[in-house]
Amino acid sequence: MARIIVTTSGKGGVGKTTTSAAFGTGLALRGHKTVVIDFDVGLRNLDLIMGVERRVVYDFVNVIHGEAQLNQALIRDKRVDGLAILAASQTRDKDALNLEGVQRVLEELAREFDYIVCDSPAGIEKGAHLAMYFADEAIVVTNPEVSSVRDSDRILGLLASKTRAAEQGGRVREHLVVTRYSPKRVGKGEMLSLDDMGDILGIPLLGVIPESPSVLAASNSGTPVILDQASDAAQAYADTVARFLGEEKPLRFITEERGLLRRLFGARA
Amino acid sequence: MRIFDFLRNGRNKANASLAKERLQIVVAHQRREAGRPPYFASLQRDLLEVVRRYVTVDDSAVKVDVEHLGDCDILELNITLPDQPAAGARG
Repeated sequence: MARIIVTTSGKGGVGKTTTSAAFGTGLALRGHKTVVIDFDVGLRNLDLIMGVERRVVYDFVNVIHGEAQLNQALIRDKRVDGLAILAASQTRDKDALNLEGVQRVLEELAREFDYIVCDSPAGIEKGAHLAMYFADEAIVVTNPEVSSVRDSDRILGLLASKTRAAEQGGRVREHLVVTRYSPKRVGKGEMLSLDDMGDILGIPLLGVIPESPSVLAASNSGTPVILDQASDAAQAYADTVARFLGEEKPLRFITEERGLLRRLFGARA
Repeated sequence: MRIFDFLRNGRNKANASLAKERLQIVVAHQRREAGRPPYFASLQRDLLEVVRRYVTVDDSAVKVDVEHLGDCDILELNITLPDQPAAGARG
């Protein structure tokens, strides 16, 4: 039985697509057949972040409207076995998606894949609603910043009421992934800490991705950041995937890196 | 320099904790709203209208809340009347 995971946040620009790309790739690297679907119809970007923008011929909307077979629209990743991408349409608008169509495509994907990662658009409109509706699990991507935390809380409210799981009396399993975390700024008291965010949102923390130049570098080159294995962000995403799969992994990159001088001369240098 | 560091840290500490305090308030409010039935806003407006047929009150005089206690939803209605209702009444 395939698991459906939605990557969501409410607020835009917090790292949903980066997380969907990294997380989906991470699941595939661990041997699980995974497809990542872009629900941001009209403003597609997952293809670009995953470096397959030149291979998009048919998209999610084409499949929903019967203009293409699912297999024609699925883009099989050339770097990672068992990873596929379903791009959003760039020319249609959000009304091109509908609940029945989405359900039909998800059911067809569930026959082949172990995990279906739905990359939600920002906001709480139709696209976001459809991306979360069928989810079994939700990855709530949040920056340590007031507007992002507030929007994430709003999304948690919707996950608890406007999803199939909720309507059937169940629950979507929620996971917090904190992105753009800067331990140094937290140490200085400039930034909300993991504890602060945990206290407010009240959902289990799955992973912390540090603020890292490798994220921009990865998007520049169209490589999911998790493939840049030497980078801190990649390792943090790999840990996040491992925890999702049930492994115990201590959090990393959550305390301030100390320079050599500081280490030699103690706390102040 | 330590003393200046301390001052700066002190100010910044307040910075992140200020963010947390503001968030706690806004999130509590948001959750209360989310737990309300869809007819809530119009119920509140209609109640206010009824009260205003008798006394002059401002928008904050009628407070409606829903509380969930186990299987039970409790509708809580709080109307603050002015000190001298007769003096305030019009029409």
